[in-house]
Amino acid sequence: MIGLWSLPLLFALPLALGILSLLAAPAWRPRLIFIGLPLMAAASLDTLAGLVTAGPQVYRLGDWIAPLGINLVVDGLAVGMILMTTLVTGLCALYARVYLRNHPTSTSFFWPLLWFLWTGMNGIWLAEDIFNLYVGLEVMGLAAVGMVALRATPPALAAAMRYLLAALLGSLAYLLGVALLYSAYGTLSMAGLQEAATSNATTQVALALIIVGLLLKTALFPLHAWLPPAHGGALTPVSALLSALVIKASFYILLRMWLMLGPEVTPDFTAGLLGVLGAGAVFYGGWMAWRQHHLKQLVAYSTVAQVGYLFLFFPLVTNTGPEAARLAWDGTLMMLFAHALAKAALFLSAGNLILAVGSPQISHLIGISRFRPMSLFSFGLAGVSLMGLPPSGGFTGKWLLLHSALLSGQWWWLIVLFLGGLLSAAYIFKVFRMSFREGPQIDRSVTPPLTLDVVALLLAASAILIGLTAHVPLHWLRLGMAFGAV
Amino acid sequence: MSGAISGYLVFAWSGVLLFGLGLFGFIAHRHIVRRLLAFNIMGSGVFLVLVGLAQDGRGVDPVPHAMVITGIVVAVASTALALVVFRRWYRASGRTDLPEDT
Repeated sequence: MIGLWSLPLLFALPLALGILSLLAAPAWRPRLIFIGLPLMAAASLDTLAGLVTAGPQVYRLGDWIAPLGINLVVDGLAVGMILMTTLVTGLCALYARVYLRNHPTSTSFFWPLLWFLWTGMNGIWLAEDIFNLYVGLEVMGLAAVGMVALRATPPALAAAMRYLLAALLGSLAYLLGVALLYSAYGTLSMAGLQEAATSNATTQVALALIIVGLLLKTALFPLHAWLPPAHGGALTPVSALLSALVIKASFYILLRMWLMLGPEVTPDFTAGLLGVLGAGAVFYGGWMAWRQHHLKQLVAYSTVAQVGYLFLFFPLVTNTGPEAARLAWDGTLMMLFAHALAKAALFLSAGNLILAVGSPQISHLIGISRFRPMSLFSFGLAGVSLMGLPPSGGFTGKWLLLHSALLSGQWWWLIVLFLGGLLSAAYIFKVFRMSFREGPQIDRSVTPPLTLDVVALLLAASAILIGLTAHVPLHWLRLGMAFGAV
Repeated sequence: MSGAISGYLVFAWSGVLLFGLGLFGFIAHRHIVRRLLAFNIMGSGVFLVLVGLAQDGRGVDPVPHAMVITGIVVAVASTALALVVFRRWYRASGRTDLPEDT
């Protein structure tokens, strides 16, 4: 049995640390990460080692049988998400420890919420049944809402409220879909549903409810309205966590649902429709990002755009032949991982720039390149990946998607990839143009602590690195999936 | 499941009706507390669907009950969090609704 000790720890440990940090005195709460992060990293790496040595499998929690106990799935995708979560959350926690010194009122609840968020995310990556996915979504969602509200200013509270209402509506739609699926097939397990499900009205209504609920939570255009205020208005490490990881959780469920039921059950146009909505998101998000005047709002709208690329997966994987489907899978996951790393880096370096000039306005960045070259360098490296320039992860992902589109004869998605890249370049260079301009605005800047710059640079560098070594993660991510055979 | 609408389907359809009513209230109302009440009505609808559809003569099935209990816990927690955020928002802005999107 693989990962005997590490697998339950992946969500038991952050849960315990969350409760512990609630009990601890506020001064001690940040220090818990020095115990927690190494343990989480060890547990994640042990899970990877288990996957490598023993291959993908299902782990029975406490050895209880399925409807009574909880099954955890350990395949390439789940382990990949766990490792990425550990990397991004760990770095964001190191960033937050320094960053939050300037926000003493917000710190006391950031740390418990961070651990609860981690619990929910790891629960989602590992869940094998559709009800535990719901529980994970709620644990993660409520922690995320709390984190958005941390700033406690009226705009932050309004953003948190809007986020919460959208999340609740999405969860209920998802839960109603789960209720219908269970009553129709008498099982909650993904593998069981895949075997049992047939294309009938109940399944279609259930899947439609699930898909719409998850689209709302993933903030796919035109259901994205809650995202920019929540992600753009939160504290910087919170923005990074939400955009990099939380948004991916509902997409991850959608991905698994689609591979489990989608093509057999849904009408033919569904996959195309999801692709068109994704294309709409790429254009609208890119356009709105370019029009923003606040740096973090720009980065938040960039998330709306980047989420759109992920949805090209559905038309490219449905009824397109094994080779095109495998390329679409590789490309989408590469986009997902590259975006997670690059967006976290972009938010953190944007936060550093804002700290340096003391203003969230893009127009106040004039001349900052002379004072904060390192923050700007991280911003640029992350931007390279978002624009999809080689050799970044974003480039590799787009390249794979492009090949998949050509192979399946759906050339029109190339327009989305190409114009989307141009729009990303437009909004990234908007920031750069301002920062390289010489102006009278500032003649000095505040120097943020070195840790903040180093963390942002590490994340940005990993977004590039994942593109250079793409074949390694992609090989592991295919483990346990139908795409592994090719 | 064929023939006349049997007893268990009455519960399920009531659940669907409650879900629809709640959804309408959730969209139609601006006052945040009303929207939270609507959310709770939607939640009750889902729970009724869960336990209603489980009574179709397959014998006693504890799984939907476990799911409903978990669902109630989640709904209570979400409502509590929403009320806390609402109180802070009301105290900070004096409004009971959210500002329109810009």
